[in-house]
Amino acid sequence: MTPATELSPEVLRMSERRSYIELNARARAAQLLDPGTFHELLGPFDRVESPWLPLQGIVPQFDDGCVVAKGTIDGKPAVVIAMEGKFQGGSIGEVCGMKLAMAFALARRDNEKGIPTRAVLSLESGGVRLQEANIGELVIAEIYAELVALRQHIPVIVVIAGMTGCFGGMSLAAGLSSYVIMTRQARLSMNGPEVIEQEAGIEEIDSKDKPFIWGICGGAQRFATGAADVLVEDDAEEITQAVKELFRKGQPARLRSASYEQYIQRLSALDTSKQWTGEDIRNAWKGGAK
Amino acid sequence: MEKLSFEYPTSGKKPQRFHVGVVGSGDLEILLEPSKDATAHVTIQTSVGGFGGTWKAVLDRFFESYEEAANIDIHDFGATPGTVALRLQQAVEGSRS
Repeated sequence: MTPATELSPEVLRMSERRSYIELNARARAAQLLDPGTFHELLGPFDRVESPWLPLQGIVPQFDDGCVVAKGTIDGKPAVVIAMEGKFQGGSIGEVCGMKLAMAFALARRDNEKGIPTRAVLSLESGGVRLQEANIGELVIAEIYAELVALRQHIPVIVVIAGMTGCFGGMSLAAGLSSYVIMTRQARLSMNGPEVIEQEAGIEEIDSKDKPFIWGICGGAQRFATGAADVLVEDDAEEITQAVKELFRKGQPARLRSASYEQYIQRLSALDTSKQWTGEDIRNAWKGGAK
Repeated sequence: MEKLSFEYPTSGKKPQRFHVGVVGSGDLEILLEPSKDATAHVTIQTSVGGFGGTWKAVLDRFFESYEEAANIDIHDFGATPGTVALRLQQAVEGSRS
């Protein structure tokens, strides 16, 4: 008889874990809602797709890369909006951006009518969709306006899981949200490392240097420096629980965006003549600004 | 981008609708819905032009065993014939579950 293999508790935990990152946008939305309550609005069968991509020779997607689903979280009415990072890098075009903004608007109207509808935004996004640039930017402005209007009623929670990350316009949406949940695999930054390297050269940033990049904008670093509120493992159940706990907690003591003066001070005090590492920043900016 | 369409005779049996896949690199998405008539209609939007013969071969093979009256709409982003066949199979299995 072969002796049973001894596995460390850590390996056992990993083998029991169900990845959230590997779920597509629709499965992520279903995961965050209470089981069996997922009800999609403007799903793929409604065929509301980008009118602009085919004009530029690009194949559209039936849901334009954005899944909007109603249901409940912890038994309370909720809407989850999940971006699909694999379609056009999770970029925000007219249709998917408007779906997102209007989902926030409907949740706000619910709240105004006394139905406390919760909102979660699961982000995988490179930012505005370059093929729909101007309309995309306008729609992103709508998203911010609706997010800010909604967060007065109820917390708006952003989940950034990976592997696309959250950049450009949607990084600001994360900044405007009530709470940000991140995995270690996720990245959050205004300008993506590839874009900085392309624009400023490899001597400015080497986007292939993964430890360095994640050290600057990865989930662990963003949590340590206060840009994220909760750091989670890539575990679908853990992320679902984290969302529930934040809603139970209610409104944050202080919105991150209310601390903008402190962030400006921090940035203007930085000596940009030297290259800062993630550790340097953690030491300089101990704790969050919230 | 190229648009293609094909038609196949069916048994007239209507399938349940089902959606599968993503328009990501090397992948495709499929919408499978009951067709309005007794014919199966396949429309394809693909990012890679010039492969009409390959699409026909994959679909001819698929419709050797599939005979439901379906509208199959495909958004393809450079999937290989093997991936296309697997996604079609997945759509059929999903529409029957």
